Amino acid sequence: MVTYIIRRLIQAVFILLILTFIVFGAVRLLPGDPLLMFLNATDIEALSPEALDQARHELGLDRNLVVQYGIWLGDILQGDWGKSLHFKNANVLQMIGQRMPVTIHLGVLAFFFSSVIGITLGVIAAVRRGRWADTVATLLANTAITIPIFWLGIIMMLVFSVELEWLPVAGYTPINEDFWLSTRKLIMPVICLMIGSLGAVARLTRTSMLEVIRQDYIRTAWSKGLRERAIVIKHALKNSLIPVITVMGLQVRFIFGGAVLVEKVFAIPGMGRLMVEAVDGSDYPVIQGAVLVIGIIVVLTNLIVDISYGWFDPRVRYE
Amino acid sequence: MLKRRKRELKFVEGRPQESEWKRFIRVFFGRRIVLFGLIVVALYIIVAIFAPWIAPYDYKTISSTILSQPSAEHWLGTDTVGRDVLSRLIFGVRPTLIVGSVTILIAAVAGTILGLLAGYFGGWIQTIIMRFIDALMGFPMILLALLIASLLGGGLKNIVIALGIALIAGFARVMCAQTLTIKENDYIIAGRSLGLTNFRLMWKHIIPNAFPPMIILATMNIGMVILMEAGLSFLGVGIQQPDAAWGSMVSAGYNRLTSNPALSVAPGIAIMLIVFSLNMVGDGLRDALDPRLRGTL
Repeated sequence: MVTYIIRRLIQAVFILLILTFIVFGAVRLLPGDPLLMFLNATDIEALSPEALDQARHELGLDRNLVVQYGIWLGDILQGDWGKSLHFKNANVLQMIGQRMPVTIHLGVLAFFFSSVIGITLGVIAAVRRGRWADTVATLLANTAITIPIFWLGIIMMLVFSVELEWLPVAGYTPINEDFWLSTRKLIMPVICLMIGSLGAVARLTRTSMLEVIRQDYIRTAWSKGLRERAIVIKHALKNSLIPVITVMGLQVRFIFGGAVLVEKVFAIPGMGRLMVEAVDGSDYPVIQGAVLVIGIIVVLTNLIVDISYGWFDPRVRYE
Repeated sequence: MLKRRKRELKFVEGRPQESEWKRFIRVFFGRRIVLFGLIVVALYIIVAIFAPWIAPYDYKTISSTILSQPSAEHWLGTDTVGRDVLSRLIFGVRPTLIVGSVTILIAAVAGTILGLLAGYFGGWIQTIIMRFIDALMGFPMILLALLIASLLGGGLKNIVIALGIALIAGFARVMCAQTLTIKENDYIIAGRSLGLTNFRLMWKHIIPNAFPPMIILATMNIGMVILMEAGLSFLGVGIQQPDAAWGSMVSAGYNRLTSNPALSVAPGIAIMLIVFSLNMVGDGLRDALDPRLRGTL
């Protein structure tokens, strides 16, 4: 077990290194002037060719790509993530530090509710296979994975904020400032963010449950005279959760991806909105930093997911 | 009559010698929702091909009435610059289906090659390719696409490239897992002892056998690609004006929700309908092709 965790940790570090390489390479290798990493497009146009060469030399852009990568990675590890081009030279790491808690607040809620509701829907559909409850739950799950979340957000805004005036239109309030207002503002964004994951989790739970329910030990449990509740929760659910956990690990990725759209619709100042603003303003240091941070979080959650398999399924042997 | 047919079906089901192809047809077309999906997909394709003849106006034509309500001339009204919404909706099928199919093609071909090489040769080749894929899986796909699209600039071609790269990882993983299982089979060992080249073994024996899961994954992913393209267009890095894209149509109608809801609502429903249908076709294909489900359906 311990050797497995250590091996996975080493692997994770390796993956993170490749991740930094992809982030570095995306800006350097794709068409486009790498000077864009340090200067605004308008500034570059204003400079003379000699001044440009001068700037390239000072920034080390005329050196070997591998050397440049080494220097860049060293800076990243030391916490120097560069300065924003768009936001008056703000420190990229500090900006991410301000925006990240907002997205994590939103993301944790979305993750929690999508898992709980998704698994419940999936279990109901599997246990009542072929009945109306299954039809309704399956249809809900299938619809949930087809809704464009930005569109759902707009429609909900129109109905619940503009027409019915039940919820605040948009914005974000930190939870420690005003719990009630903060929660009310987050209801619609969380629904948007979780809807896709909810559908995916529900569909997978149903399939996985149906497979488990056919097993002999479930029949044994029935013939022992156990109650349905005990069989479903204790015997069937725990065993059918393994593929579901894998997908839940992947959902972290989708939640960060969805945050890009949801935060734009609801004007929430989180990582997603930062990314969109950075793309709009061609603010490459910020894009690079944000993508890197999110990549690190996703890789680490996947690591936790892999390690947690053993707890759910003692048959899993770590080799 | 209906009852008799059902009994016959049951009888057929019990027969082990039902041919592969017959079983595929029976399971795939057996569910009404899959048929519904197929019909909708076919309709969308027809609309895409014949868009100029079906649409009442050209998607770029600007009329004098802006933001008109739905009427006899403009069934869904006109947009902020006076273009017919229904016509833009109809022309919007084209980029949607092109992005969906071409992106999946790029990702599937690249993913198949990478996964095949990794699984077949194993060792350090596998380590390098698969860790690279793992790292690619670390990014939310839409972020990766956003990063690439922001560097390349918007437009149909660049969106296809960006989404194609973002999707490679899933295909490579499945292909690698498939190859690892298939290459242990006796017929591969037999082929090798006959002196078949690696290329021939991969091309003639491994790829055809790994085909079903790949085709299921491809169908399942088309809907997701369409949703991501709509998201990117909504953010303004996707397909650019004046080309009609459903995502940017939703975003353009965003500020006129209360007065002209059709502007945003209609393209959203168009997206949902095609994604739902494609997912149902994907489900049908999985039921019909997945060997693990054989005998249960």
